[in-house]
Amino acid sequence: MEHWRKSAGAFWAGFLPPTLWLLAFFFVPLSLIWAFSFGEKSGIIDIDLVWTFENYARALEPLYLGIFAKSLWMATITTFICLVVGFPVAIGIVFAPPKMRMWLLLLVILPFWTNLLIRTYALIAVLRTRGHVNFALEWMWDHANSFLTLIGLGSFSLLGERFEPLEMLYNNTAVVIGLVYVGLPFMVLPLYAALDRLDRSYIEASLDLGAGHTRTFWSVVVPLALPGIASGIVITFIPTLGSFLTPDLLGGPDSQMIANVIERQFKSANHWPFGSALSFLLMYATFFGLAVRALMSRNEERGGR
Amino acid sequence: MALLSRLRARREPIGPLDYYRKLWLRLIMAGTLIFLYGPISTLVAFSFNDSRRNIVWRGFTLKYYEKALENDELIEAFTNSLTIAFFTTIVSVILAALAAYVLWRFRFPFKAAYEGAVALPIVIPEICMGVAMMAFFARIGWPSDLPWPLSLSQITIAHIAFSFPFAAIVIRARLETFNRELGESARDLGASEARVFWDIVVPHMKPGLIAGALLSFTLSLDDFVITFFTAGPNTVTFPVKVYSMVRFSVTPEVNAASTILIGLTLVLTAIALRLQNRNNMNMQA
Repeated sequence: MEHWRKSAGAFWAGFLPPTLWLLAFFFVPLSLIWAFSFGEKSGIIDIDLVWTFENYARALEPLYLGIFAKSLWMATITTFICLVVGFPVAIGIVFAPPKMRMWLLLLVILPFWTNLLIRTYALIAVLRTRGHVNFALEWMWDHANSFLTLIGLGSFSLLGERFEPLEMLYNNTAVVIGLVYVGLPFMVLPLYAALDRLDRSYIEASLDLGAGHTRTFWSVVVPLALPGIASGIVITFIPTLGSFLTPDLLGGPDSQMIANVIERQFKSANHWPFGSALSFLLMYATFFGLAVRALMSRNEERGGR
Repeated sequence: MALLSRLRARREPIGPLDYYRKLWLRLIMAGTLIFLYGPISTLVAFSFNDSRRNIVWRGFTLKYYEKALENDELIEAFTNSLTIAFFTTIVSVILAALAAYVLWRFRFPFKAAYEGAVALPIVIPEICMGVAMMAFFARIGWPSDLPWPLSLSQITIAHIAFSFPFAAIVIRARLETFNRELGESARDLGASEARVFWDIVVPHMKPGLIAGALLSFTLSLDDFVITFFTAGPNTVTFPVKVYSMVRFSVTPEVNAASTILIGLTLVLTAIALRLQNRNNMNMQA
């Protein structure tokens, strides 16, 4: 790699356009809402920069603190489910025959390329009161009932008077299902990468020396795949924490996450300083996650050498 | 070693490392794939369903596609999305190629920090970027009543800002395989910087450029959150239109419109993968 001064002309010609774009259309907007977050609303669209911490203090009110806690909790559950489901899937892909491996990996990543909105919409169609899952359940209920009638138990209405559709949409469970649906590929990819690098002779040695599969899994596979697990957790957790569309479309009135509050502050509630403060709190949480991840991978490198 | 594993695969009892052939693992994998694909497949299937209620199969029809194609607002939104994606792709690829080239070729102070800064649009939550762009355009008083192609400028600018870092990563990865000495010897033989870039670096980057272009196009076409915040009151893109339709109800028209978009992204992705494969083969040959 050459020093930039050696051909300064070429350096600036390549360096300036992307840098200026990023400065003007990314860092300036971010700095603007950073400044807004210390501002005070003084009119319908006017914001006075008074360097107050009031907006951040307001974020600590029980209502918003609760929403923060809830978002963290939802993201944690989602990440956990993704990890528990994603790990066996990653193991399956790694140990699949080479030809199948490509296809399986493609199958797991493909939903990634399908529009998030459409995937969420597809879930609505499946989960809603008159959706496919309830339709299937009703069909089963009908048949179970006619079977009961057939064997002479029909008059007891063992399964209830009539079919009660499950309310699966517009609640926290729906949001978690939706988040897992979105987050699963994020988890499987880094796990796959870590497991693929893992030297199989360690597993063979462990099994040969008499450890069972469970023991081998916990004391060989998991420790060796730890960097992959850590990055899987971080890159699933971060987008989940900041997700807007899933809670917006699948959640009920009590399943709002931070992003939904931010949206409301910038749109209907029209309180930009408070919305900006919340945005930055969300961003700090994101940076914290990334820092943890960076720290872990650094430790990993040091420990390895 | 290859022979050994083939023998193991042919042997009937499941070997200790044949996790893939274990039943419980296959069940989990099948369950996951059903979970991932069930909803999307039903969505696609029911876009051809001849029933408004949309849960019972009543026969094949294309009438919802006709309806979607006759829906002027939907067509307008779709045209907008394609236009935005087109301009986003062109600018993103240029900016990404430059950024990747500079990062690959030069050593400069605070390089690691710079790399982190370029990757920042990828990692920060979409909602934060969306509201920041919204506040930014409102604050600088970006005119909102421009004639058609220019009325999409705000969305396009925002899309470029988040998609070129992705493209830069792809192009940078491609440059890793480039032999530095080629550029140096061309310069020794008297080629100018621009000449080296166009005649030596760009041809080598080409597969990366195409992959980066397809990625930017898909990212732009698919984006909802950032568009939702930067779009003026009179500009509607396809995802934003679908969002407003979805909020009201589940209808076969939405299914049809969604299927068209899924088809489009799948075709683009397939082309990208094809190109990458062909490129890998060329490299091996």
